[in-house]
Amino acid sequence: MADTTSKPRSFQEIILRLQTYWATKGCAVLQPYDMEVGAGTFHPATTLRALGSNAWAAAYVQPSRRPTDGRYGENPNRLQHYYQYQVLIKPSPPDLQALYLGSLEAIGIDMALHDVRFVEDDWESPTLGAWGLGWEVWCDGMEVSQFTYFQQVGGHDCHPVSGELTYGLERLAMYVLGVDHVMDMPFNDPDAPIALTYGDVFRQTEEEYSRHNFDVANTEKLLKDFENAEAECAAIIAAEHVDPKTGKRIIMAHPAYDQCIKASHIFNLLDARGVISVTERQAYIGRVRALAKMCADAFVLTEAGGHAA
Amino acid sequence: MPDLLIELFSEEIPARMQGKAGDDLKKLVTDGLVEAGLTYAGAAAFSTPRRLALTLDGLTAESPTLTEERRGPKVGAPEKALEGFMRGAGVTRDQLEERTEKKGSFYYAKVTTPGRKAEVIVAEVLEKTIRNFPWPKSMRWGSGSLRWVRPLHSIVCLLVDEAGAEVVDLDIDGIRSGNTTRGHRFMGPDAFEVTSFEDYEAKLKRAKVILNAGERADAIWQEATSQAFAQGLEVVEDAGLLREVAGLVEWPVVLMGTIDDDFLGLPPEVLQTSMKEHQKFFSVKNPKTGRIEKFVTVANIETADNGATILAGNQKVLAARLSDAKFFWENDLRVAKGAGLTAWTDRLSNVTFHNKLGSQKDRIDRIAALSREIAPMVGAEAGAAALAAEVAKADLSSEMVYEFPELQGLMGRYYAEAAGLPADVAAACEAHYSPLGPSDDVPTAPTSVSVALADKLDTLTGFWAIDEKPTGSKDPFALRRAALGVIRLVLTNDLRLHLDRLIDAQLLRHQIDTNGDEKQVALRDELLEEIARHGVFGSAVRAIVDQIEGDAPEWVAKVTEHSRDLSDDLLSFFHDRLKVFLRDQGIRHDVIDACLAMPNADDLTLLVKRAEALQAMVGHEDGTNLVQGFKRANNILSQAEAADGVEYSYGADVKFAEEEAEKALFSALDAADEVIKPAMEGEDFAKAMEAMAALRAPIDAFFEAVQVNSDNSIVRRNRLNLLSRIRETCSQVADLTKLDG
Repeated sequence: MADTTSKPRSFQEIILRLQTYWATKGCAVLQPYDMEVGAGTFHPATTLRALGSNAWAAAYVQPSRRPTDGRYGENPNRLQHYYQYQVLIKPSPPDLQALYLGSLEAIGIDMALHDVRFVEDDWESPTLGAWGLGWEVWCDGMEVSQFTYFQQVGGHDCHPVSGELTYGLERLAMYVLGVDHVMDMPFNDPDAPIALTYGDVFRQTEEEYSRHNFDVANTEKLLKDFENAEAECAAIIAAEHVDPKTGKRIIMAHPAYDQCIKASHIFNLLDARGVISVTERQAYIGRVRALAKMCADAFVLTEAGGHAA
Repeated sequence: MPDLLIELFSEEIPARMQGKAGDDLKKLVTDGLVEAGLTYAGAAAFSTPRRLALTLDGLTAESPTLTEERRGPKVGAPEKALEGFMRGAGVTRDQLEERTEKKGSFYYAKVTTPGRKAEVIVAEVLEKTIRNFPWPKSMRWGSGSLRWVRPLHSIVCLLVDEAGAEVVDLDIDGIRSGNTTRGHRFMGPDAFEVTSFEDYEAKLKRAKVILNAGERADAIWQEATSQAFAQGLEVVEDAGLLREVAGLVEWPVVLMGTIDDDFLGLPPEVLQTSMKEHQKFFSVKNPKTGRIEKFVTVANIETADNGATILAGNQKVLAARLSDAKFFWENDLRVAKGAGLTAWTDRLSNVTFHNKLGSQKDRIDRIAALSREIAPMVGAEAGAAALAAEVAKADLSSEMVYEFPELQGLMGRYYAEAAGLPADVAAACEAHYSPLGPSDDVPTAPTSVSVALADKLDTLTGFWAIDEKPTGSKDPFALRRAALGVIRLVLTNDLRLHLDRLIDAQLLRHQIDTNGDEKQVALRDELLEEIARHGVFGSAVRAIVDQIEGDAPEWVAKVTEHSRDLSDDLLSFFHDRLKVFLRDQGIRHDVIDACLAMPNADDLTLLVKRAEALQAMVGHEDGTNLVQGFKRANNILSQAEAADGVEYSYGADVKFAEEEAEKALFSALDAADEVIKPAMEGEDFAKAMEAMAALRAPIDAFFEAVQVNSDNSIVRRNRLNLLSRIRETCSQVADLTKLDG
């Protein structure tokens, strides 16, 4: 187990300490979702599990993609691919703020020396039809996390309410490690025989994806992909609840939601390619939201969604 | 007489909501207590990021016992009715009293509502207050259904008298009231008991919480200014920011930090905006140079290193923010000095303003054309007015404005200066958005006025052309504000404009599609310039249309067949806004209506001059009596005209006058004319109205002594024609028939 009394030395050590911390606090430490998403919230372990009455506690790293934020690896803190650390606990425990502050101590932030503040920030995801109230958490004037009590997801009121914590890992780690440019940040231990920086791992991919996202991604194909995903999502939802082959009641909320995720990412790519006008933008967001809502409607009819068997 | 202490302890309450929440708590609780029959001597509410508190002193210990008499059914009424009455009143048969009245004998009961203890009422009122608290946005948490702004953790509710403090027991969704609270999240986290408000406030202070937001704000301001003063600097005042920051901390610790020299070349507004919006920092200025050199941040904690770590962190975050800003500023300056502002304007052809009104570039072209037309009417040079309009919105393409939209206009001015444009053009880049609100300064420099008017008129005519007018409370494009802006620009600068001509010209500009053909554009602009100058149906327009050689473009028909309906509708929208504006300045609505009925009502300056003169006149006795006399004359005349089927409008002759009062009226009217005619020519409405008011006595005397409907038809006609002179004379400034009363 990591030594939490000392300062962490690398990006991965910060991740490992968070994993350990939340594991000891009783969260199931999950793995990233195997699809391209814009934020950790899109992982079904958050979006879908925030729905229904079943209790839940999960923590995971989620690689996230924001094509418009690509800067060819040159900007000190902007990336089109980055990591979020996500915690979701349902129902939100009464000591969630204290648990969260404990996680900051675990990664070496001494509460007696730093100024940690909870500053109003209401969270809303128009594509997920979701919103919640909470804060952005500031450490010495820097936003290090988003803290949200989910009120609605996919158009459904959340009962019970989930508490969601999202850490922007690169930014947080840069602060803790005292690094000014993300690419200079040690990824593994700087004294390791083969010491790697964040740049060693990601500089080239940032360059490649920036070029691809801004100038190369085939927009005609993407437009078709969007419509395909949209149609597929609806088709999956429309399937009979009872599987004719097994005779079981199997509502395919997750496969349908995969298509929703896909549509959302394609929309982000199209946006980065600059082919979506301001007015069309709203329409696309509305279409993704409609999918998210369908999936949420389906999920609450499943056992995991709290439906009595 | 006990005192009451309430504290609602929660997770962090948004700073902007705290002040009102304190006031709401005070109002809801005190109203509830008073309604239940309690009284109190004084009340005060407090708020911090984590708590709302209320203290009441001199509360009555119980509500008074109330006795009332109720009349029941008639004696002899069915037994069922009597039983129901007794049940309702809580009395037995032997407590009833029979009384005989006019309508018969009735049962009477004395009903006593016993007084209730203060603790019972307080518990009831507080529970109701919490469950119905008017947060702008509230939430649920955990498995509960209670709503609060953020999770509510504990409730202190104490009644304190000489005997000691007693907890008022209540339980709201599992939160049980008590007498314990906590101090600062990091510096005083342990729970402690409180016994009175004084004890509460003092213990909080020991646990590093200043309860009073005003005290926190004062402490911040005092410490910030004294730290700045020690270095010969001063803190830039910002009351809103101070209030907000005082709501972000329970224990303010003021730290002053340095802005790296690299960033001192940024415009002060950029530094200030970036620091305020992103970091909630105060700017610290060097009074000698006017430059912003340092910042003040307010932390919520005292540390062993006296804030060194916190300040270093904040400086680092600021440096990252400002390097972004510097990067934008330098890139922008390169464009402004190199390709120039028109390069940015051209890029705006890819930015949609509104899908039915084209791109931002289309909009700028229209504004520039109209600004050129307006220029001579406001004393501006046409070339400068058009150029200023062409570049005024260029900064929308700049990186800085993309990042900080609130700096639009201001950055335009900096970039126009950098591009070497004339000072009046640069000034117009910033000023043309004004006035925004009703108290915003109104531009007075002619070039700025020209662009500001053109900008607002283009927006209004555009949304009128596509039928997107404001309805009810919905005004998504802020058209009411734009119209008020035009009104204030015109009035403040005493401008004499035919607004309807400008409206016609710009409405047509929205409707004409030249396909970008240069010859057509030239023809359009020539036609519209004539319309802006002389009106849509003038001979000048006709002459140009007649001279078109070869096939006239299709859209020319739009000009020649232009309907005034839309522009009249927009003009009446202006008149409605003007009414609201003038009413706020104390001018009666019927006075405005009376002036609106006069010709050239699209000349707002003239209109207001009339209204002010009329308002002054109806404000004194001679004026109101004159209006009465006028209305009497007008009524008699109108009735006679209707009955006789003729208009008595000419030929009153003093030689047919029989009575002295009649003759006197003739000479009074002649004398008034002598004054009114030159006054009207000089638009001195006050003087004209004064002369009219002087007619009051002769008119009153006339009606006193003279019977208009004389048997002698010549005399009668002459008198009616005389009344017509009154009508004509008194109707020159305003239509007095529209006045109330």
